[in-house]
Amino acid sequence: MQVETWDLAEVGRFVDDEVAPHANEFDRAERMPEDVLGRVAELGLWAPFLPAESGGWGMDMVTLGRVHEEIGRGCSSLRSLLTVHTMVSASVHRWGSDGQRERWLRPLAEGKALGAFCLTEPDHSGSDSTAEGTKAVPDGDGWILDGRKKWITGGQLADLFMVFAGTGGGMSAFLVEADQPGVDVTPLRHVMGTPASMLATVEFTGVRLEASALLGPRGWAAGTVMTSALDLGRYSVACGSVGIIRAALDACAAYTSARTAGGAALRDLPQVRAMVSNMVTARDAAQLLCQRAGALKDAGDPATIMATWVAKYFASTAAVRAANDAVQIHGANGFSADYPVARLYRDSKVTEVIEGSTQIQELTIAAEAYREVAR
Amino acid sequence: MSQDARNEIRAFITAKFPRMTFTDEQDIFALGFVNSLFAMELVMFIEKAFGTRIPNEELNLDNFRTVARMADLVRRQQSAATAR
Repeated sequence: MQVETWDLAEVGRFVDDEVAPHANEFDRAERMPEDVLGRVAELGLWAPFLPAESGGWGMDMVTLGRVHEEIGRGCSSLRSLLTVHTMVSASVHRWGSDGQRERWLRPLAEGKALGAFCLTEPDHSGSDSTAEGTKAVPDGDGWILDGRKKWITGGQLADLFMVFAGTGGGMSAFLVEADQPGVDVTPLRHVMGTPASMLATVEFTGVRLEASALLGPRGWAAGTVMTSALDLGRYSVACGSVGIIRAALDACAAYTSARTAGGAALRDLPQVRAMVSNMVTARDAAQLLCQRAGALKDAGDPATIMATWVAKYFASTAAVRAANDAVQIHGANGFSADYPVARLYRDSKVTEVIEGSTQIQELTIAAEAYREVAR
Repeated sequence: MSQDARNEIRAFITAKFPRMTFTDEQDIFALGFVNSLFAMELVMFIEKAFGTRIPNEELNLDNFRTVARMADLVRRQQSAATAR
């Protein structure tokens, strides 16, 4: 089932009325209020791409991208929560057993269970996804899980962790419930960007898992669960970055229309016009790259993987430039919590680090160019 | 069918790596040009091209090491679908 355009307009109204005006408060409090999370559930936005029988709307990926763009326009912390929840929900749907799908999909779709993605470890670079500090050791017909994961978006809220662990000869993914004995969540505070995404360090100490906790193939998460989840996360971050560019543009258009310098409106200054033009162009180009990546996902085309890398690379770096210019345009006011642009500046930087840093993206995208001459 | 599958799989790989030479029995991962991203692309390609959903128990690196093994995987999935 396709979602109608009026639903997107409803998401826009939700962002305009209930998210964007309060995003600085969420940021300062380093918390996402429960009523906002509840409204996301009421609007059916937690996992709308799931089929109707699992509680979703069967939303296509292009439309999902537009939803994440809208949410990102209002608050990147909330979009970050949607990103990781999307990664977990889609992974259960794609790689889960019948039992796992039966147990988790409807609560995930309805927001009654929130998911978090646990890959990065405190003692390894987050870009080193093959690091296996966390281990799952066979124990009878199940597993014992030990290790620590850091920078876990939504870790303070999550009911279900998707945890990557070495299983000897490769990495595997596991579904771990937050209330299981041996799971310890420590909030991460005073984080520069997206602090209301409620990040945490999550420690697993002798956590006993049933055999049914294994998600996807044993020992080959790198080629399956992890890659597909990161691909979707990258797509969500790219779309959220478009939202940041739009928010920066909206803020600058309003500010420079109301503000004067030397008797002239700021908007009439050529340097301001150049920066605003760059934001408009970046918004449109990033949006088109995201739409291309989403359409390839809808078609099941493997080309979506590289298209998503390209979309995320362009959109995230463009978001940082747009937010940087937005602060510049606002002058001293750009540093104030009275305006959104300081938050946009801090949040935009996160998009250059998560789901593949800009530097990893440059290595990956350039490697694609060299494929054709590889011997 | 198996030869057709081999040809399609080979065509997909050589479209990505046009100057790479390898036999149907050669381990493409051992040749050093395949990473986890391309592995995922292979999974997606096989599922889309042959209209199948590869079950978790068949998702292991060994089934994707060579063109021949991928074609065997396709044949097994098609046999299983026919039996159903």
